[in-house]
Amino acid sequence: MMRTRTREVLLGVALLAVTFGCAKKPAPVLRSMPPPPPAATTGNEMGTTPQPLPPDPPLPEPPVVMPKVVPEDAIGSKSVDELNRSSPFTPVFFALDSFEVSAEGRTALQATADVLRQRPSWQITVEGHCDERGTAEYNLSLGERRAVAAKTYLVSLGVAAERLRTVSYGKEFPFDPGHDDGAWAKNRRAHFVITAK
Amino acid sequence: MTLIPRMFACLVVAAAVVVATSAQTPAPQPAAPQQPADVGIVITGDRGQPPRLAVPDFIAGADTAAEARTLAQVLYDDLAFEGEYDLIPRDTYASIPPAKSFSDAPFDRWRELGADGLVLGTVTKSGATIRVEMRLFDVRSRRQLLGREYSGAATNPRLYAHTMADEIHDTQSGLKGVARTKLTFSSDRVRDRATDTIESRNVKEIFIADYDGASQRRVTVNRQLNVFPSWSPDGRAIAYTSYRRGYPDIFISLIYQGTMETPTNGVGQNWLPAFSPDGTRIAFTSNRDGNSEIYVMNRDGSGLRRLTNHPAIDSTPTWAPSGAQIAFASDRTGAPQIWVVSADGLDLRRLSSESYADRPTWSPAPYNEIAFAARTGSRFDIKIYEVDKGSTRQITFGEGSNESPAWAPSGRHLAFMSTRNAKASQIFTVRRDGKNLKQITRDGNNFTPNWSR
Repeated sequence: MMRTRTREVLLGVALLAVTFGCAKKPAPVLRSMPPPPPAATTGNEMGTTPQPLPPDPPLPEPPVVMPKVVPEDAIGSKSVDELNRSSPFTPVFFALDSFEVSAEGRTALQATADVLRQRPSWQITVEGHCDERGTAEYNLSLGERRAVAAKTYLVSLGVAAERLRTVSYGKEFPFDPGHDDGAWAKNRRAHFVITAK
Repeated sequence: MTLIPRMFACLVVAAAVVVATSAQTPAPQPAAPQQPADVGIVITGDRGQPPRLAVPDFIAGADTAAEARTLAQVLYDDLAFEGEYDLIPRDTYASIPPAKSFSDAPFDRWRELGADGLVLGTVTKSGATIRVEMRLFDVRSRRQLLGREYSGAATNPRLYAHTMADEIHDTQSGLKGVARTKLTFSSDRVRDRATDTIESRNVKEIFIADYDGASQRRVTVNRQLNVFPSWSPDGRAIAYTSYRRGYPDIFISLIYQGTMETPTNGVGQNWLPAFSPDGTRIAFTSNRDGNSEIYVMNRDGSGLRRLTNHPAIDSTPTWAPSGAQIAFASDRTGAPQIWVVSADGLDLRRLSSESYADRPTWSPAPYNEIAFAARTGSRFDIKIYEVDKGSTRQITFGEGSNESPAWAPSGRHLAFMSTRNAKASQIFTVRRDGKNLKQITRDGNNFTPNWSR
């Protein structure tokens, strides 16, 4: 059951990567492909008398696209910033004044661990963040606990601790500048940043 | 024969007990008034009232009209700030003919206006040099109580006014004024974006300002997060928390030398530095042993000592004026509360009973109080814990969120940050009784003030 879900999540991540990779920027693999075949032309457009048509010239072989290869190379060729912009990681969100990882958070961390297993060279910074309702001073320590809680769970899933750096930003860098429940919920998080690949 | 020595011995023991007792619980004594060096007379007001002072524009030279006004206005504000005098508003002086020299002040007219004391001054300029003279008169006796003369660079006349205010307070009431002190704080006013992230993040830099908000200047220029500045007692260095290496660490900027010290270099992550009252040590928060704990080190990073050891969060240390104790915030009993421990890590005890309390800031002597931010409803207010009585009073009341209190070196005022105006965070100063609120910053958002000595 867990396995299946893991595979689903992985597949989802791969599909996401394909979608984003192709939609945003053509991957280098695509760039090196042969040009598309010239469109078949007929005499009609030129306004000449129809003639018996010669047999069609052989078409060039359609390029073989390996769907599995594209996301691999697209990711491999992206800069760290590009990777973070279409991050394969889901943040872990926390309750007010809490650093306890929820069931939802554990699912997100499982997916994160799976991606990290696929990308053994990646180094990750786990950022701890808080909403504005605590003090700036205490929030620095609370954010630290959130980052460490996320890291500890990833390590328990087999990710090497050396690949995971933690840093707390307290309430200094909110993701949503709002002052309501919705904004606060978004700002209480452990956030994953790829720092080396 | 034996009786007298025995009685003498008893007296010695009794005296020793008194000394020991007072050493254990240093009772707050008002600072002894310093003996004025050159004047024996102080201005007195009507019975039970503070003396009323007038500070008209200084007598200007050929091209010093602007300085003459600035000097008088700044001196007026400095004297009003401490509350030792009742300042007669400067816009009520118009009917009194301005003096042309120290010898022709119309004392009877000033007396009619209700003035007990009159401050007169002159200011002249030659090239880049300014010369300022100030005299304080007792209006009833027409006697000069204080005379001072200053000359120097003409670039910032406010400095001369601040010096005069401190001298008037010192000689008249033995009060160590704060007119020449400075504030430091963190600000996002430059609106620079952090460069090492794809997110939209505004950096914060460390700034300084005069205690009245004038002459605001930027200290750090590293386009990272720089927060929680703390003055060294000599006012020449600021320790703060900077993310310039990508994680929080303690840096000390020697602001007049342009050099920097990194006492924690490379060991763990470290934040919230606080200089000991004698300036030789720094208390701080670090995760070097796995979670937030309180440590003390010598200013150069040597002599590290861990003061707390608990899986909960221990953070935000502040020194007692004696240097013998450190208060801090800990959530070991749930929400963060204020705790105190001796500087050698013993005698731990909890002080506050709030729903959430952080940023303890121990007052200077002679007061023995700890200001902190307490959660009141959904936001914070500044409260003050009176260490000797064990009681708590509140000085802000729900106007915005009020956090990060910092004492003036006299203990008579506090600076803090508040969102009371239009949701932006700004620095304010306030008297220790919560009155005379004054906004210090207006540009951008400004955070976590600290007051120099």
